[in-house]
Amino acid sequence: MSLALASPMKALTIRLQDELFAVEAGSVREILDLVPITEVPNASPFVSGLINVRGRVVPLADLRVMFGMDRPEPDQDTRIVVMEIDIDGEPTVAGILADKVHDVTDIEAASIEEVPKVGMRWRPEFIRGIGKRNGGFIIIPDLGRIFETQSARTAPAAASEERSAS
Amino acid sequence: MSLPDPTETFRQEARELLEQLESGLLDLGQNPADTDLINSTFRALHTIKGSGAMFGFTQVAAFVHEFETAFDRVRKGLSPATHELVAVALDAKDHIHKLLQHPDDAVPGGDAILDALRIIVSAEPAAALPAPLVAAEPAATISKRWRIVFKLPADSLVYGTNPILLLEEIAALGPCTVKALTDAVPPLADLDPEVPTIGWQVDLTHDDPHAGIEDVFLFLRDGMELSVTPLEDEASLPEPAPAPLAAPLPLPETPAAVPALIEPSEPPRDTRRATNTTTEKTGSSLRVAAERLDELMDRVGELVIAQARLTQIANSSSDANLKTIAEELERLSSGLRDTTMGIRMVPIGTLFSRFRRLIHDLSRDLDKDIEFITSGEDTELDKTMIERLADPLVHLIRNSVDHGLETAEKRLAAGKSAKGSVRLSAVYAGAEVAISVADDGAGLDATRIRAKAEEAGLLAPDAKISEQDLFQMIFAPGFSTAKEVTALSGRGVGMDVVKRTIDGLRGTIELSTRPGQGTTATLRLPLTLAIIDGMLVRVGNGRYTIPLAAVEECVELPEGIEANARGRNFLDIRGSLVPFLRLREVFGTKTPLEPHQKVVIVSSGEGRVGLVVDQIIGNNQTVIKQLSKLHSAIKSFSGATILGDGTVALILDTAHLVAHGQFYVDQGRAA
Repeated sequence: MSLALASPMKALTIRLQDELFAVEAGSVREILDLVPITEVPNASPFVSGLINVRGRVVPLADLRVMFGMDRPEPDQDTRIVVMEIDIDGEPTVAGILADKVHDVTDIEAASIEEVPKVGMRWRPEFIRGIGKRNGGFIIIPDLGRIFETQSARTAPAAASEERSAS
Repeated sequence: MSLPDPTETFRQEARELLEQLESGLLDLGQNPADTDLINSTFRALHTIKGSGAMFGFTQVAAFVHEFETAFDRVRKGLSPATHELVAVALDAKDHIHKLLQHPDDAVPGGDAILDALRIIVSAEPAAALPAPLVAAEPAATISKRWRIVFKLPADSLVYGTNPILLLEEIAALGPCTVKALTDAVPPLADLDPEVPTIGWQVDLTHDDPHAGIEDVFLFLRDGMELSVTPLEDEASLPEPAPAPLAAPLPLPETPAAVPALIEPSEPPRDTRRATNTTTEKTGSSLRVAAERLDELMDRVGELVIAQARLTQIANSSSDANLKTIAEELERLSSGLRDTTMGIRMVPIGTLFSRFRRLIHDLSRDLDKDIEFITSGEDTELDKTMIERLADPLVHLIRNSVDHGLETAEKRLAAGKSAKGSVRLSAVYAGAEVAISVADDGAGLDATRIRAKAEEAGLLAPDAKISEQDLFQMIFAPGFSTAKEVTALSGRGVGMDVVKRTIDGLRGTIELSTRPGQGTTATLRLPLTLAIIDGMLVRVGNGRYTIPLAAVEECVELPEGIEANARGRNFLDIRGSLVPFLRLREVFGTKTPLEPHQKVVIVSSGEGRVGLVVDQIIGNNQTVIKQLSKLHSAIKSFSGATILGDGTVALILDTAHLVAHGQFYVDQGRAA
């Protein structure tokens, strides 16, 4: 997968467990403290909840599910990053759970590398690239792609779950 | 305030005029001799032509001009309004529609339609005269020079006339020189910039000034000074001199310039009449962009949510003043809600009239004589709903005509009249609207549907199934009973789309049939998509809303059944067996089972199901929010809403749950 980032990426860095992630700052609408989450029965664990963002019902996604991470209970650092994400070409507002929100920073295009095809714990198509900062790595997830697989996949999964549960 | 795009306004108006034209033509098919109809049709055409030219839709104007010319023979009674004529005219109307959508592209097919139209109108004996359109042509070959002098009416600038555009239009007719006549311009101190004082003199080289020039000034002619004179050297030609209110088009059977004097008054009067009706309309109603209404509805939705929060706070407080104001606000906001929803309500008749054309075309293509009867046109439904209903209804009507109605021979053999009928009706039924499409055809063939369902693998060969459920198989993807695929139906796509669309509108669809006497498809739809009354229930830690319109009653779950959790899942409600679903199980709730479970009996169509919940909290106004794509696959929920305390609650999809419960009934019977 090629990465076409000519100019530096203006990114919001967030922490999920012990990994640093960077999301496009331009797509971030707001950052919320933890709000009450309504669980959607039979939904996939990745988008298992709904939240109220200024009168809108917004799905809440937990990226940690997609990266196979532990999911401890929220603490005082937990935030919800409300973003606009293109899902199948349709801009959709969704919240992303973050263990901690750091800062907005520029990631130099030159420092971003393509995802190695081997030696990765995670599915390579979920990652647009890996940047370097202060000697550490920053993962740039491909949010559109992650959500798209989910919007297509929830259908059979949810249906079968529903049937087995009843 | 932003100015509306004039071309868009024109398009919108033209679309309405085309609809008017279409219904006029269809009526004309029924009463070919009705001169009022012919005249109103002609007027619609004329207005499209005039405003089309004004807004730069030259292709439209040119096409309509030819259409109008041909149709003019009908208006004059030289040619009858036959069925063929109506059919071709409808094609022409479709062509205009295409031209409107692609004003700059070449849209093929226009010439063929015009030729067909000319042949039909000139096929009559009266056509011994030279063919109407050819008559204009000899004149067209001679180019002449004309002097056009005009001065705009005093109020024309106020009404948005732009003299530059007019001049450009004249310039488009042929080479010309333009001179401004400034003799009437007052001194600067007396000048009112809103009153045009400059006159214009244009020397134009053009073959036939009347058709073109009169059209340029079509909408201004009242009160303006206009003269068109041939320049000196052409003085011997037909004398068109100072043209008073002149007809915008030549009478076909006479040389081009003269008719302007023979019959000067009628078309302009028509134009004016059309303008007057528009003015009258603006007094009592006004056109608002749909987005603004949606926005208003959103705001009201937010207000309702905020009000619910206030009520909640007021209820837990002992402040009498706060309670009073909360109650008053509740009353006001529910009034505002009803008014706003009322604004969005549109009579379904606007939709019904579209289907007349469909029936007309189907009748012609399938060679079946069809009577189309509509009733309940003034039944009102949410605007969005009406738009989304169009396609499903088209499918249902097509099916009725194609599969339902027999051919004339078969009908006669069965002792029925040769003319089949399709009845489209809408009635209010509680909080729902029932729309039905009924035909008096052969009825559904249960054996064939069964065979087909088994063939498609939708049904086990020996499965027991109720007739209603068997008919529902028609809506399964890939199902079609037509033995041959016709252009109209039989591909097995469509009915599943119908079902899906209706489901998406939170509606249901039922089929009933009597062999030999016909089939009725009934759609039941909620009145609105935006706000409903809901019943709030709790299951485990989650709160859910059930649309109140679907709730029949609430009962306590008998203790004995409770213990027997995986046993029989039926309740005896006054003698009838109602299946029930434990929502705890459906939702996989993990909290411990609570005593005194309640059952909410909901119905959808003819089915009923009991939903077992932990607690019934109460009624609330529910502003429906759609679920995102990420959750749309979960069928138990039709949407979500925001509760008084700001949290989100899911809305149960009762139609789906009833179907789910029905599944148990059938399993129980089969076992």
